[in-house]
Amino acid sequence: MDTIHLPQTKVEELHTICAEHNNDAGELINILHAAQGLFGYLPREVQEIIAADLRLPVSRVYGVVTFYSFFTMTPKGKYPISVCLGTACYVRGAEKVMDEFQRQLEIKVGETTSDGLFSLDCLRCVGACGLAPVVTIAGKVYGRMTPEKVRDVLSEYYMLGE
Amino acid sequence: METVKLIIDKKQVEVSKGTTILDAAKSVGIQIPTLCYMKLEDLHYENNPGACRICVVEIEGRRNLAPSCKTECIEGMVVKTHTPRVMNARKTVMELILSNHPAECLTCSSNGHCELQVIAHDLGIREIRYAGEQSKFQIDRSPSIVRNMNKCIMCRRCETMCNSIQTVGALTAVNRGFNAAVSTAFERDIAGSTCSYCGQCVSVCPVNALSGRNTQQPVLDALADPAKIVIAQTAPAVRTALGRDFGFEPGTLVTGKMVSALRQLGFDYVFDTDFAADLTIMEEGTELLQRLGKYLNGDEKVKIPMMTSCCPGWVSFVEQHFPELRENLSTAKSPQQMFGAIAKSYFAKILGIDRKNLVVVSIMPCLAKKYEASRPEFSVDGNPDVDISIYTRELARLIRYANIDFNELPDSDFDHPLGESTGAGIIFGTTGGVIEAACRTAYELFTKKVLHKVDFEELRGMEGIRSATIDFEGVPVKIGIAHGLGNARKLIEEVKNGTSPYHAIEVMACPGGCIGGGGQPFHRGRMEVLRKRATALYQEDVNKPLRKSHENPYIQKLYKEFLGEPCGPLAHKLLHTHYIDRKEIVGLYMQTDKRD
Repeated sequence: MDTIHLPQTKVEELHTICAEHNNDAGELINILHAAQGLFGYLPREVQEIIAADLRLPVSRVYGVVTFYSFFTMTPKGKYPISVCLGTACYVRGAEKVMDEFQRQLEIKVGETTSDGLFSLDCLRCVGACGLAPVVTIAGKVYGRMTPEKVRDVLSEYYMLGE
Repeated sequence: METVKLIIDKKQVEVSKGTTILDAAKSVGIQIPTLCYMKLEDLHYENNPGACRICVVEIEGRRNLAPSCKTECIEGMVVKTHTPRVMNARKTVMELILSNHPAECLTCSSNGHCELQVIAHDLGIREIRYAGEQSKFQIDRSPSIVRNMNKCIMCRRCETMCNSIQTVGALTAVNRGFNAAVSTAFERDIAGSTCSYCGQCVSVCPVNALSGRNTQQPVLDALADPAKIVIAQTAPAVRTALGRDFGFEPGTLVTGKMVSALRQLGFDYVFDTDFAADLTIMEEGTELLQRLGKYLNGDEKVKIPMMTSCCPGWVSFVEQHFPELRENLSTAKSPQQMFGAIAKSYFAKILGIDRKNLVVVSIMPCLAKKYEASRPEFSVDGNPDVDISIYTRELARLIRYANIDFNELPDSDFDHPLGESTGAGIIFGTTGGVIEAACRTAYELFTKKVLHKVDFEELRGMEGIRSATIDFEGVPVKIGIAHGLGNARKLIEEVKNGTSPYHAIEVMACPGGCIGGGGQPFHRGRMEVLRKRATALYQEDVNKPLRKSHENPYIQKLYKEFLGEPCGPLAHKLLHTHYIDRKEIVGLYMQTDKRD
């Protein structure tokens, strides 16, 4: 496994996570959860280490990672953007907001900008339907979003990023 | 045993508690259609995800239809398997499956052998009322297996086979919903995965999503080329199964008709891989005695147990998953490759032609044999020892293609000198056969005594792992046998841990041995098909006048005139090989993958 370029300290932490779950194949989902918390995403090397520790075929690990939408193999941006597409937000124009984010960032849903600043995802209801359509960026909530507001909101973070 | 009584389609049924409606119906002659479900009881294979819903039935007093594969019989239950409501539901399910399945039946290589086609026909589907998006996956072609996920119906039989039975771990379901597919880790090609090419996924696929690589055209091209001498070698298991594609009962031996068909196809010589199986026994048996001799003299470096190397699926499994134990594999080439090496040296010399003008075609029950034939170490200056390997179903297609009425063919015999074989060569096709054949010869070579009872019943059967101790006149030789790679994994783990009690281990990658190979006519979940094929091989063995490999007069002649001694210098050059660490190869693949 000499192709791994993950920081050694984090690799050791990952082994510890597996060991804390007794290297039990039945704990795969919990381990993937913790590993994504550690790395921010689940690159191939991480899945290979987990498979080896749990004595599972790496195909099985990959199958689980691709089944659950929570798991991702793409690193998240510094400022992850989530656009709510739940019913209330949707009927109040969330799709147009999403389109505008995609257009301005030049990425699709599930992708990350090449400068690593933003990643774009959708979610279903944050429980703030009164503020529909709702967008969250790095944990901060933006209510009553419109396509016109997208540029201003993004520029806040461009300034922070620089 | 506790039983329950119920009524299925007005028939009284009594079954043991825990029986499913599907099995209960089967016991009274009611065949409920199934698609995802498959069971091979002797092999402990069961795929039962309850996913397709084709097998739904109506149960009196229940609001919803029930999947009969998943529903247990209850006392007093009244089941109806073909009410209008049931049939409508089945048709709807079928139409939905077909709405994302290419309507390419006429040009599909599974045409006439497809379970989906049969059920669609039986249900009387005449139109598909649903039109929607269709899957568009890249077709993945490896040397042995072709994967076309556009045809997949997500029954998951292949995944169960690859993981639970073979423990190869190459196939997995990935993604979800409409994008779900059976794929490999990181959706690599089969060739870049941990696949051993055993082909068992193909043998359980109900459609044509997984199929064998098709190489019939190169065979036809060679046969049409007047500058080439084209010779055939046929593996032992082929003759027990080929007849199945022409309406014969499972396990009918069609050796004579097969030979006639190959002649009629235009092969210049029709030979028998069984000859090379006898040759394998000479080399592998001698090697076993050499290793055992050293071991009994206290040599600690000698690799014991010696593991058989006839099966290319097993060899690549070892190279990939247990490369550190590859020296335990016998260095003897497989019968297919021994045949190729002898044909292109000894036989080409007899004919007085250049090896490049001799085309060796092997007919195998196996998909891994295609990959094996393509391995670079089995060629001389780029000319392969075995030019083309086709599997049993491909031969059946060629026979039909060439307008041959198989059923009306007379029997004929193999050509000489590479067509003569003993009963020992025949039983190579079933689990336990190779080691039994080896024992017959090794016993006589070791003890210098005549072996009177050649049937080693203790080595036979369908148990996944078997063991026996054979008494070589005071020297107990301990033998382990496994068929199916999952069982083999258990034996090789013991070798790895240093706890293996055996001197020799025989492994065949496919359940049942070569008779259950991935290139054979489909068993469709009927275990008795495999059992009958095995019985047929043991019967052919008994029918042979000679049943010990070293008594084959043409083998004796080959050593006398050409090879010299078993395991001698020329035999080593032509008939032995080495193995590689395929873990590294997969590692290299990952690096290039990374650069992309």
